[in-house]
Amino acid sequence: MNDITQGLAEAARLVVTRDPDLVNISLLSLRVTLTALVIASAIAIPLGTMLAIQRFRFRRTVIAVLNALMGLPPVVVGLVVYVMLSRAGPLGVLGLLFTPAAMIIAQVIIITPLIASVTHQAMRDLWAEYHDLLISMNTTKAQRIATLMWDGRRTLLTATLAGFGRAIGEVGAIMIVGGNIDNATRVLTTAIALETGKGNFALALGLGFVLIGLAIVVNLAIHALSRTEREGRW
Amino acid sequence: MTRLLPLHLSGATVRRRGKRLLGPVDLTLDAGRLTVLLGPNGSGKTTLLRVMHGVERLSEGRITWSGPDDIVERDQAFVFQTPIMLRRSVLANLAYPLKLAGVGRATRNALARDWAQRIGLGDALDTPAPRLSGGERQKLALARALIRKPQVLFLDEPCASLDGAAMRDIEDLLRQASSDGITILMATHDMGQARRLADDVIFMVSGAVHERGNAQTTLATPETKALRAFLNGDILP
Repeated sequence: MNDITQGLAEAARLVVTRDPDLVNISLLSLRVTLTALVIASAIAIPLGTMLAIQRFRFRRTVIAVLNALMGLPPVVVGLVVYVMLSRAGPLGVLGLLFTPAAMIIAQVIIITPLIASVTHQAMRDLWAEYHDLLISMNTTKAQRIATLMWDGRRTLLTATLAGFGRAIGEVGAIMIVGGNIDNATRVLTTAIALETGKGNFALALGLGFVLIGLAIVVNLAIHALSRTEREGRW
Repeated sequence: MTRLLPLHLSGATVRRRGKRLLGPVDLTLDAGRLTVLLGPNGSGKTTLLRVMHGVERLSEGRITWSGPDDIVERDQAFVFQTPIMLRRSVLANLAYPLKLAGVGRATRNALARDWAQRIGLGDALDTPAPRLSGGERQKLALARALIRKPQVLFLDEPCASLDGAAMRDIEDLLRQASSDGITILMATHDMGQARRLADDVIFMVSGAVHERGNAQTTLATPETKALRAFLNGDILP
């Protein structure tokens, strides 16, 4: 209990004094996570929507694999990305290992199946509702995908926020591919792991509370920007 | 304007999971008429409408429109028994078919506003369409179908479960559309509505066209025992 109280006090101190390290770490966390989120959403949302409306061979298998990939162990993803980006690996020439770009790649791999799967489930229900209308209006496939994505945008926001939640709290993969280098690849989660390892529980807890606060602020900001709950349910 | 009609069906048959839902149907639909499809539940009215509109595939037989395919796909519309509303405002629902057709924003919004006024929803332009009452939704669905001025309009029991006022509004819109030259084929269970609106009637039983003809004559002096029984309100086997 004492540790938690000290953690809260430490979190307050870090925020109030605008601790430079905390600011750097938090900004890098946000930059890596939001970049990964944008890339993953650009892949996963059209993919999930297409899976909802397109019929093709092995579609069910693809959906089952996608659902299974939601539980992809981050450490394994980190290891695979590490091997690919290491000097001896096929992408070693790019020199991305231990950079924020490597962390973004790992996060994209982790959250794309999650966003695609949630998108697919939401779009499947919406497609069932719209199917006859859109077919009868002789819409093209692109028009159908665009219509579903627009009308289902609030559900897609939930899918995106689920991806954000998973990415911002991720530690295993980015520790491996980022290396937790001070002032280069250290983010909130890896800093927490480091401080815990050093026995600085108050600082680790303080960083943890900052991480939670940051996640809540980003969620609230996205909800406010997208006017969720203000325009009511459709 | 390229004409779509007449529409010819020859041997049109639909089977699903080994069960025959429709046919074989041989039928010609002429331009400019308001035709009402009558028949008991399961007689194939909805399937016939869906087949003609192209949302249901034929198992056997042929459908031949008089116009080219692109016009056929563009110049017909369908109103479903349960109106399907896009999760958008009234204005956006009305503007949607125009947007698909590439009509500019200013023109489509002006047209959508005009149609919203005509169906009594001029003050509800920004209301989410799914929040409208059943009658308002059906009027909106009908206006959305008519906004692109189709040559042919299919309606599947558009007034089922509507009250008198909403039904009157829908019928007024249909009369206006018919007088504007739109060919209408509508399924209904409501004999009063059939008498009020129909130029022609088609009576279906067990997936086949049982009797057809001019509405006034056919409804006054039905030729077949089945239609006589149906008009008397008897339960058909």
